[in-house]
Amino acid sequence: MKTDIILAGVGGQGILSIAATLGAAALNENYYLKQAETHGMSQRGGAVVSHLRISDKPIYSDLIPMGEADIILSVEPLESLRYLPYLSQGGSLVTNTTEFKNIPNYPELDKTFEELRKKFKIVQIDADKIARDIGNPKASNMVMLGAASPFINIHDEIIVEGIQTIFKQKGENIVCLNTKAFEAGKKFTGQ
Amino acid sequence: MQRNLFLGVEAIGQAAIDAGISGIYAYPGTPSTEITEYIQNNKVAVERDIHREWSANEKTALEEALGMSYAGKRSMACMKHVGLNVAADVFMNAAITGIHGGLVITVADDPSQHSSQNEQDSRFYGKFAMIPVFEPSNQQEAYDMTREAFEFSEKTKLPVMIRITTRLAHSRAGVVQKEILPENELKLPENLMQFMLLPAYGRKYYQNLLDKQGWLTELSEKSEFNTFTEGKDKGLGIVTCGIAHNYLMENYPEGKCPYPVVKISQYPVPEKWLKKLENECDELLVIEEGYPLVEELLKDYFEKGTKVCGRLSGVLPRRGELNPDHVAKALGKEKAETFKVPDNLANRPPSLCAGCGHQDTYFALNEVIEEIGDGRVFSDIGCYTLGALPPYNTINTCVDMGASITMAKGASDAGLKPVFAVIGDSTFTHSGITGLLDCVVENTNVNIIIVDNEAVAMTGGQDSSAKGKIEKICEGIGVQPEHIRLFIPLKKNHDEIVEIIKEEMEYDGVSVIIGRRECIQKIARTKKINKAKKQA
Ligand SMILES: Cc1ncc(C[n+]2csc(CCOP(=O)(O)OP(=O)(O)O)c2C)c(N)n1
Ligand code: SF4
Repeated sequence: MKTDIILAGVGGQGILSIAATLGAAALNENYYLKQAETHGMSQRGGAVVSHLRISDKPIYSDLIPMGEADIILSVEPLESLRYLPYLSQGGSLVTNTTEFKNIPNYPELDKTFEELRKKFKIVQIDADKIARDIGNPKASNMVMLGAASPFINIHDEIIVEGIQTIFKQKGENIVCLNTKAFEAGKKFTGQ
Repeated sequence: MQRNLFLGVEAIGQAAIDAGISGIYAYPGTPSTEITEYIQNNKVAVERDIHREWSANEKTALEEALGMSYAGKRSMACMKHVGLNVAADVFMNAAITGIHGGLVITVADDPSQHSSQNEQDSRFYGKFAMIPVFEPSNQQEAYDMTREAFEFSEKTKLPVMIRITTRLAHSRAGVVQKEILPENELKLPENLMQFMLLPAYGRKYYQNLLDKQGWLTELSEKSEFNTFTEGKDKGLGIVTCGIAHNYLMENYPEGKCPYPVVKISQYPVPEKWLKKLENECDELLVIEEGYPLVEELLKDYFEKGTKVCGRLSGVLPRRGELNPDHVAKALGKEKAETFKVPDNLANRPPSLCAGCGHQDTYFALNEVIEEIGDGRVFSDIGCYTLGALPPYNTINTCVDMGASITMAKGASDAGLKPVFAVIGDSTFTHSGITGLLDCVVENTNVNIIIVDNEAVAMTGGQDSSAKGKIEKICEGIGVQPEHIRLFIPLKKNHDEIVEIIKEEMEYDGVSVIIGRRECIQKIARTKKINKAKKQA
């Protein structure tokens, strides 16, 4: 078992909560995990990426080699395209559709996604809207994690346990909302 | 065994606590900052009241750590690579005095310059000072080696350097902890002249350091962190250093590299293993993160010996962070085609936060510059360095912390007038004060703008040693009180700020103009912390 994930987004979007949840899940399952983060200038709207690797065998490199990521999971559409050389043949791209426009030359992406759809599996989900509908706009990251979960080799129950581990100090209510967000994302991809 | 997910930096912080340190001394700097922050927030560290306040700069930090070592206790100093330039004086000399309580200096290098002015390799400093250097290859080793480093320091009576790079610093993995050791007792050095480097003593101590070198090499050869792994194919022998080892092994999924491998995580280099490798193999490949230190060491000056390849020879890139793909290429492995990045992708560079006070300062300064012309604003490092980019394009230089004031002085001495220096509050107390003193002594015509956001914002909003002290410092040094001006960087104050800058520009002497408004990220963070405290 191995899953290599490129997590992408913009500084401040909190992709690390996704990584932390999967990290907790991997630890519960006694899997090996390595997760390289971008720190430093991240609060100022720059591109951020995290390499997340989970395996039942020891993992050497903190960085995923080119062409070996099983999933690109991005909380922002433009950012989902920045790391395509990492995606494996047969890999999947799961991205939020809500654009984060803090640059003057933000490109038009519809045609780009259309082209790429011919080459690999793409899931585009409006995670922000789904999170709002559930009643917790902050849970969009868990919607994204749910949407990617069918491609991750960890049982859903284990990921949900991860959600509990990560959010339990914030109270039962928050755990519940995030679990709901996860389920909603999963349902979207399943359809 | 219980594993905890730790960033490399957290593993080092935890290991330092578990080794029984009595103090951590540091000035923030990516990617080393979280070592100190981890200790500041650690329950045991708080209970033991381990010293954990920030120092004014890296030099004061290391000197304070050395003082704690003098008193018999274990201490750690940590810094980013360029911080060691600031601390280089005490660093070189502490190698000669040696230590009393275990002293470990953690230095975090930043190949590829993710957030630094350069990518210098601190192993050279270790070699220069002739002290042991530990270079862990993963998070568990970061923990184990740090814990061991204190004992090693006391055994060899030398400071030990731990060298990490950004990747290990900011990557997480499961780490198994060991039991926590008690702190050392307070105790004076046996030889009260141990830290006295008058030449008569210094010569003797330097000889001692030289005499230890053979022993240090032996210890490296015996170290469990340096290994020789046999391999059937002697066509190539491979040397890996620190984290680079992982990039090699990533290319052999079952962990079976066909070539003999010497893995180095402790310096001075284990000569015995390297000689054995050279003896057995036709050719050597050196894979190291940073500059080609080991490659240079092994390469024959006249190239008559065994061929040595690496970053210097060109099979690996000379510059920037390594990755498994570079190593695959050096090993001659074919990689399949990968998907391409679409052509229409736009970059998303970092920029000042919306609402940041630095913006208001720059817009005002730009209005003045429009009249006097470009090329007169010296600056240095902090969030405000982003003022070099559009839409501001205000500042012209960023070399090292403090160089804004001093370079402006030099340019003014040369006849360039008016000149401006833009410096942050933390950078000012880190290394701006002495430059200001130079200006005051000669009453140089400079206009120094201190952009005071009451935080060390660039590195994550740590408390600034400058808070509440800037005016008094300037006055105390001798800046004329009427030329110490204050403004609040807000859009609505634009005209007033322009006016103040213009007035001071007219003055032929030292002007200090302080723009004070707290960093909005710092405000948000403080709110969050207070809320969490209330809940607890
Ligand atoms: C010698 C050295 N130490 C540390 C750093 C890392 N560093 C860069 S800027 C900075 C502090 C900036 O704080 P301040 O001057 O208050 O400016 P701000 O970021 O708050 O605008 C630090 C610690 C460095 N580049 N060089
Ligand atoms: S972190 Fe603070 S100082 Fe830095 S850009 Fe943002 S608001 Fe400005």
